[in-house]
Amino acid sequence: MQGFMHKISTTVSVAALTTCLGLATPLTVNAAEDADIAKGKELAFDRKKGNCLACHDIAGGSLPGNIGPPLVAMKARFPDFNILRDQISDARINNPNTIMIPFGPHAVLSAKEIDLVAKFIHTL
Amino acid sequence: MKKYLAALSALLMIATPVVSQASPEEDLKAFRSYFTDKFPEVPVADFVNGVYSVDEASREQWEQFEEFPAYEIYISKGETLFHKKFANGNSFATCFPDYEKGIRQNYPHFDQASGKIITMEGDINKCLTDNGEKKFKWKKGKIAYVGAYIAYMSRENLIDVKVPNNAAALAAYNRGKKHFYAKRGQLNMSCADCHYSNAGNKIRADILSPALGHPTGFPVYRNKWASSSKGDGMGTLHRRYGGCNKQVRAKPFKAQSDEYKALEYFHTYMSNGLEVNGPSLRK
Ligand code: HEC
Ligand code: HEC
Repeated sequence: MQGFMHKISTTVSVAALTTCLGLATPLTVNAAEDADIAKGKELAFDRKKGNCLACHDIAGGSLPGNIGPPLVAMKARFPDFNILRDQISDARINNPNTIMIPFGPHAVLSAKEIDLVAKFIHTL
Repeated sequence: MKKYLAALSALLMIATPVVSQASPEEDLKAFRSYFTDKFPEVPVADFVNGVYSVDEASREQWEQFEEFPAYEIYISKGETLFHKKFANGNSFATCFPDYEKGIRQNYPHFDQASGKIITMEGDINKCLTDNGEKKFKWKKGKIAYVGAYIAYMSRENLIDVKVPNNAAALAAYNRGKKHFYAKRGQLNMSCADCHYSNAGNKIRADILSPALGHPTGFPVYRNKWASSSKGDGMGTLHRRYGGCNKQVRAKPFKAQSDEYKALEYFHTYMSNGLEVNGPSLRK
């Protein structure tokens, strides 16, 4: 009985901890998802591709610019993944005169690449 | 109703140009106060120092380099070229009789006779061809040395670009203004995005200089242009324009094209009243 209770409380506290860290579904993230996120990060940091660090501070990147806001708490700011994806594809939707590159319409990134970048950004 | 609409559209047709087409004087006032409001701690005269006017950290290092500036030998080379006799016995001094008083501050200017914008580089090469000599290349080398000497002799004179009230002059001015504010290239950015709205901000590790005071220090010696493939460091304003167009993956215009001359006309007019400080040193 004691052993059983102990097991339950450990399970509960692990669950509480993961929620706390914002890692809501760590057990369902599979290897393919991880690979997408890694690829998205690479594209975001690549100077010839997203080059997002030119304008945004992003965890894990060095010498960021400060033209745009730091990309943090993205899940809280963009609960809907598709809205984040649209913002990255064409920032003119929200600000017609934005300096942010229209990555999608100007074919700086392909649709597939934008998906990958958005997946990575959504983890921040 | 139809009548009303017709009257309204007629009114709009009259009203639109008046509203959207500010005069050069009004543009200059607004441009100037945008930067003085944005950087209240920077004295207006200091904007001639480009990024160093707004970045304390890099300014110190730059001031040290200015003590023994890398452009000095190019001023001397320019001086030698300037006084060297052409085959016909004339020299640049014949074409630019006022060079000792300084002439850089009046470039570019609108030429009534041809209806064109005249740049300093244009006049340097015109002097050569008028005297039966071969033109210099436009972006670097001898044209930048002679330009550096002319600018050096003009130091401390105040930029004084005039836009006469003449349709062709205004058209050139407005073409340059349009270039400055228009987004271009695959990356879709305007000069104003970087050097107006985001002046003082960082793009990656580079701080963006304010457009106010941009042209006063040209030609420049840039560390980046000093390498075996790029040249000896010296370059003209139009060389820089090409570089900034390329950064946004836009096809650059040719140096001394009508497009860049118009851009220089607008860009330099915005710096009226600031001191000539060319040649200068940049990263
Ligand atoms: C040249 C500058 C620039 C580049 C490059 C850039 N951005 Fe932006 N970004 C901005 C600016 C400025 C904003 C603020 C909103 C606006 O003006 O559009 C912004 C806003 C955003 C936002 C919304 C942030 C929020 O909290 O509302 C996201 C997300 C974003 N950018 C992602 C990216 C990603 C991902 C990349 C690279 C693939 C990128 N940006 C590249 C300038 C840039
Ligand atoms: C993507 C951003 C960007 C755009 C767009 C851009 N520039 Fe630049 N420009 C820079 C950077 C970075 C530098 C180097 C740091 C500095 O001096 O601002 C620079 C430097 C310059 C300089 C040299 C300033 C000096 O004091 O030596 C001039 C002149 C200039 N730009 C003009 C222009 C013009 C004109 C346009 C439009 C045709 C333009 N730039 C577009 C980023 C940009």
